Amino acid sequence: MEQQASSTDQAPGVGDPEHSGSLATYTAGLGFALLLTGASFMVSQTDLLWPPGVPAGLAVLAIAQMGVHLVFFLHIGTGPDNTNNVLALAFGLLVVTLIVSGSLWIMAHLNANMMPASAVMEMQR
Amino acid sequence: MSAQAATAGLAGEEEATPRGQGSDGPAPVRIVVAYGFWIFLLSDIIMFSALFATYAVLSGQTARGPSGHDLFELRHVGIETVCLLFSSYTCGLGVLAIERRRLTFFYVSFALTFALGATFLGLELSEFVGLVARGAGPSRSAFLSAFFSLVGLHGAHVTAGLLWLGFMVAQTAARGPRDFVRRRLLCFSLFWHALDIIWVALLTLVYLMGAR
Repeated sequence: MEQQASSTDQAPGVGDPEHSGSLATYTAGLGFALLLTGASFMVSQTDLLWPPGVPAGLAVLAIAQMGVHLVFFLHIGTGPDNTNNVLALAFGLLVVTLIVSGSLWIMAHLNANMMPASAVMEMQR
Repeated sequence: MSAQAATAGLAGEEEATPRGQGSDGPAPVRIVVAYGFWIFLLSDIIMFSALFATYAVLSGQTARGPSGHDLFELRHVGIETVCLLFSSYTCGLGVLAIERRRLTFFYVSFALTFALGATFLGLELSEFVGLVARGAGPSRSAFLSAFFSLVGLHGAHVTAGLLWLGFMVAQTAARGPRDFVRRRLLCFSLFWHALDIIWVALLTLVYLMGAR
């Protein structure tokens, strides 16, 4: 029976059947998520961090919380039965990174090379 | 896997079997369905990433209008976040309950999920109405257009999720916890958890960074 379970893939959202008491998983996930959210609000509202480092701190906390959600709520893990789910996630992350960083990069350059508004007015005269 | 291979005496050849096909035919329907839905969710996240990129590019373009610092009320947003986190939790508990055929527990969990999701949506709508009333509607500046598209798209997803939730509760009541009903409930819970992940990114980029 146990062999059977380990020879098939695992669906996302379905916890490890051996720990079917995954109430504990959800509760731990909720606890971590609340802690990280609280920390994010605190970092953004107080001077706990060196001010120029606050966006970086917030990004770290957000990525950590997304990781918590993936592992504790969506049950995306590192087990061999989870390879397909993780590979799909990795490809999704690649596309997201390309879209977001590529857009920011291109638009920042366009913005820097843009003619000042006064010069445009001058040309239209 | 390896123990099976060893008993069959095929350890060397078994090594070459591609992972994912297993040794006993295609995966069960439940796993195939959930995997397909996972791919859909990733494509949905990719769609959101385009709007996130748009917002990140335009967030400074306020056209001398109000910026995030003037508009966002973090206490409001904090309550929204807590609602969404707890609704994800109760949704997970509901799926655990239906797997164990504990119907009462399932109905209670999903009623709580619906209530928390509706509270979130109500708070978001009241925020939108307040912004428009203050003259900070989507047509005010590029920043506000991007803000309303991104946050509004998440809100539209939550609305669709609430409709789906209501439909699934009705279907469970009518058809009982059968295989196909439980598969759909699993997909719904994946959808709901994924909305939470998007909200975390949205909260950080739009509200926490914007309100500073």
